[in-house]
Amino acid sequence: MSDLPLWTSRVRVIALPGSATVRLDRRAALVCAVLAALLLGLGALALTLGETAITVGQVVSALAGGGDDGVRRIVVQWRLPRVVMAVLGGAALGVSGAVFQSMTRNPLGSPDIIGFSTGAYTGALVASLVLGRSALGTTLGALVGGLGAAVLVYLLAFRGGLQGFRLVVVGIAVSAVLSAVNSYLLVRARLEEAVTAATWGAGSLNGVRWPDVAPVALSLLVLAPACAVLVRRLTVLELGDDHARLLGLGVERSRAGLLVVGVGLIAVVTAVLGPIAFVALAAPQVARRLVAGTGPGLAPAAVVGALLLLVSDVLAQRVVAPGQLPVGVVTGCLGGAYLVWLLGRARRRS
Amino acid sequence: MVPEKTAAASADPAAPPAASWPPMVLAARDLAVGYGDRPVLHGLDVTITPGSFTVIIGPNACGKSTLLRSLARLLPVERGAVVLDGKDIRSSSSKEVARRIGLLPQTSVAPEGITVADLVSRGRYPHQRLLQQWSAQDERAVRSALRATSTEQFATRAVDELSGGQRQRVWVAMVLAQETPVVLLDEPTTYLDIAHQIELLDLCTRLHSQGRTLVAVLHDINQAARYATHLIAMRDGRVVAQGAPAEVVTAERVEEVFGVRCRVFASPETGTPMIVPLASGAVVAEP
Repeated sequence: MSDLPLWTSRVRVIALPGSATVRLDRRAALVCAVLAALLLGLGALALTLGETAITVGQVVSALAGGGDDGVRRIVVQWRLPRVVMAVLGGAALGVSGAVFQSMTRNPLGSPDIIGFSTGAYTGALVASLVLGRSALGTTLGALVGGLGAAVLVYLLAFRGGLQGFRLVVVGIAVSAVLSAVNSYLLVRARLEEAVTAATWGAGSLNGVRWPDVAPVALSLLVLAPACAVLVRRLTVLELGDDHARLLGLGVERSRAGLLVVGVGLIAVVTAVLGPIAFVALAAPQVARRLVAGTGPGLAPAAVVGALLLLVSDVLAQRVVAPGQLPVGVVTGCLGGAYLVWLLGRARRRS
Repeated sequence: MVPEKTAAASADPAAPPAASWPPMVLAARDLAVGYGDRPVLHGLDVTITPGSFTVIIGPNACGKSTLLRSLARLLPVERGAVVLDGKDIRSSSSKEVARRIGLLPQTSVAPEGITVADLVSRGRYPHQRLLQQWSAQDERAVRSALRATSTEQFATRAVDELSGGQRQRVWVAMVLAQETPVVLLDEPTTYLDIAHQIELLDLCTRLHSQGRTLVAVLHDINQAARYATHLIAMRDGRVVAQGAPAEVVTAERVEEVFGVRCRVFASPETGTPMIVPLASGAVVAEP
């Protein structure tokens, strides 16, 4: 009797030194590689677009440190940080969404649906409208508001353990209440303050510079390895709490760790850019359909998230050029359309 | 490893001989467990005979599943302890316990689209470390679990596509891949038709004959008496009787435990006790 294959043809088992092996999903790897290439191309394109038309050749020489001083300033100081931020931020949002959706076993269990973004907005509004505005104050307010909402949802949803569905429902409820608070704060604010606050609330990459990128990049340096370690626990948690416990996983501890990482990822992005709709929700779902695989799929979600935010930002800059839309408006439109399509497809199937 | 007695398995030099499972004494000592303020087990003492195929029977809500889940450390203990080889299982790490006791819960939901081999391979988690995530040993354990449950031919298929009976065997395979000397099964036949029930119980007998200690909760007394080497009868959170099926399944005992009057015959097939409820007035009390 010869051994029947254990893995589908898309899985390649690679032997490592010793008796260890690694299973590589070729389709996931291919999807990631293609999307990463697209990301690179689009990133390069984004550097050429704007009020000042710059050729690819000029971009390349500017990146290499040569070329005209003015062009170099535009490319390296203005456009590059924006592109890098879109990539890092989108990736962080995608991973955060994938962590939450996998943990709650629910496609709606995304941090922007379950109160985090709304809470961050509340924090930012309180900081800028009630306590007096400053950029740093808004950032800190968003951080405090978002984390506060996350803790509140966690505490309200916790009943001797955490159920994914309960977390989603409680999150949506908390989100609705905070939305009402946000509307109230905006309505009672002076007009120009309200406009500034609402612009922040849409989520925008406008005017992003290197000092804005630095905190996001540094946080990702810590959070990305944490994700890599926790993803194994996530695959066990996917089997349900009973099975996870029976396999020797500390379920509550793992979930707490995943919550911290998931919230941390979206918190740092939201604090700097404002709440960006739908990337965390849609990126893992789009990635899942492209890869057609199982498991949390953090890497594909990261690449799709980065691509989604970069595409949206290019559109946000070009659609009403020379004016600029907040990127959150574009991601919201794309995400909404995507969700309608998703629901339509699900209905046709059933 | 779960070596099946096939040419391929015995030719595998890494496979240990059958019955290589260390005998482990699993016992509950004065065990009290409840949900909230509703006590279910009140100071229960029971010892699972090492190497036995023990079946727990009893009416609904008598604490069968609670006992099984407590033995696998799924439920917090209010008083007493679950003892494995003389040691309170709470004093071991959860991965250590997971390498010794496996349990198939009543219901399991597979992640969407997962393949059979992928699901079964997740049973290897307690044997893996951060830097050694998948080894040849893991692969062998998965393959022999698939063979033992006759699911190897489905390895690359999605679990969602399988029939109920096949799916249940795949979940058993996941527990087997955990390679625990003690395997607990919580009502493994409940959602299966009679052919698949028999198939699963025959599988249990095979696993037992390979040296594992098996404990299952079953509803059907006749099936329990036929397949078990030991029976534990429970009622109201207490053990009413335990021992060989012929000692436990008597007309008086069945009436005492289930509130059902019956006659007991020896099965013409196996000689094991078989109950037939009386034609009228069989039910004497709401259990």
